[in-house]
Amino acid sequence: MPADVAIEVEDLRKDYGSHHAVRGISFAVRRGEVFGLLGPNGAGKTTTVEILEGFRQRSGGTVSVLGMDPGPRPVALRERIGIVLQSSGLYRHLTVREAVQHWAGFYATPRDVGETIALSGLSESADQRTRTLSGGQQRRLDFALALVGDPELVFLDEPTTGFDPAARRQAWETVRSLRDLGKTVLLTTHYLDEAQALADRVAIVKDGAILAAGAPGELGTTTRRYRVAWRDADGIPHERETEDPTALLHELTGDALARGRPVHELSVTQPSLEDVYLELTADGAAA
Amino acid sequence: MSDHVLEPVRPARPDTARRHVPWRAAAWRQYRLERKMFWRNPSAAFFNFMLPLLFLALFGAIFAEEQANLQVIVPGIAGMAVMSTTFSALAMNLTYLRESGVLKRIHGTPLPTSAYLAGVAGNAVTNTALQVGLITAAGSLVFGLDWPGDWVALVVFVVLGVVCFASLGVALSHAIPNFDSAPAYVNAVFLPVIFISGVFYDADDAPEFLRGIAEALPLKHLIDGLSGAMVDGTGLADQLPALGVLGLWTAVGVLLAVRGFSWDARRG
Repeated sequence: MPADVAIEVEDLRKDYGSHHAVRGISFAVRRGEVFGLLGPNGAGKTTTVEILEGFRQRSGGTVSVLGMDPGPRPVALRERIGIVLQSSGLYRHLTVREAVQHWAGFYATPRDVGETIALSGLSESADQRTRTLSGGQQRRLDFALALVGDPELVFLDEPTTGFDPAARRQAWETVRSLRDLGKTVLLTTHYLDEAQALADRVAIVKDGAILAAGAPGELGTTTRRYRVAWRDADGIPHERETEDPTALLHELTGDALARGRPVHELSVTQPSLEDVYLELTADGAAA
Repeated sequence: MSDHVLEPVRPARPDTARRHVPWRAAAWRQYRLERKMFWRNPSAAFFNFMLPLLFLALFGAIFAEEQANLQVIVPGIAGMAVMSTTFSALAMNLTYLRESGVLKRIHGTPLPTSAYLAGVAGNAVTNTALQVGLITAAGSLVFGLDWPGDWVALVVFVVLGVVCFASLGVALSHAIPNFDSAPAYVNAVFLPVIFISGVFYDADDAPEFLRGIAEALPLKHLIDGLSGAMVDGTGLADQLPALGVLGLWTAVGVLLAVRGFSWDARRG
């Protein structure tokens, strides 16, 4: 595995009896990158991440996380990763600071406790008991507990599900500050805008397989069609899809000039990540 | 994405090989945290700490001056204290920790599993030791019983009782589907067992069929052993059947506790 690769997954498979939750997923995450696994609920995102975290055993394929096999949960790996689970409880009778302090003690080289609390946006509630925290604050504490060990690689499983918009923005800022700190982040989400806002690269997952992968801005542009829209001289809207917008535009504008009937509101758009996502994950259209 | 050629997984590179927190330090920190949280949780502090002492005070008041009854009730409540501080407390705690996801969260950190469980168990054992100590002292100082005649037998039975009921408590937690139902499961076992095992009266006075059930369960034998050590002063040699039954339940408990252990919540 090259030194700049943090995670390498090759033909990963996971079966539960006759149910194939993950059927041959491959991807690689570079160091310092925010990588998003995007897909609907039940796509196999969490199963994949929990195999990488060492919580589940794979049925087939090879997996390398920071150069190690997570299957036997080596302690050297657990020292270097931080995990934000989809949902996980807290010691309800501790304060935020006590909880972060205790977690810091699990690691040989932890971050500073106060600094971690500040990074997670919890300075104001550091002396509150955890059971009195709001949902958003509890999620920030999840971040703080995952970060206090000063991990190189952070797993975020659906980090903002159920958040109000303000709390989401705050969580996004925390993820961006992780990237600024040089951390590698593997993020799962079923929110398109979240993948678009945070991830350097995205893999779209459905039914345990990756349907497309690439930078969010590029995902739509590879082999997709362009959409050309305009209003004619009578104000009637037109829209056409083409794989060759140059030819279409030439034809359209040439015709307009020749007839002296100009077109208005002419636009050429590429499909967004959203279009691609909806097309790929629509039932029956996945093939 | 299939154009990667994957090299064999290598061990961690030297530049990233870090030291680890020593096991004993990790276990000790966990133990101290468990103690701190125990006293901050009023319902745990009451049910696991105050209740046996309250029972002792009430029954002591009822049986005051009746030496024969006091000699039943003091070891009986000591046995009940062993069961409530280990069996009940661990079954409830582990169910909560598993279902709320605390166990899983901890499982993802470098904290060694054994150090974590040592801290959790150490907390329960501390409660047992405090309770048995207080009950023994109260029996002598308040109710005028003699000090235990055989301290070695007392320690042996308390230790065996702790291991036995702790492992059975962990095993029971595997059968409890969610935290809401945990008190029902725990009390459905705990309450009948303490009533038929001679906590509040001499089990030998009970009807035949109840006596038969109690004989098969571990608590009566723990109480017999404690009674022998505290009241009669009989040596361990006279208690071999009780030791045998307790040992058998301990073996079953440890086996079930280890085999069914899950860090993950039961989903759905």
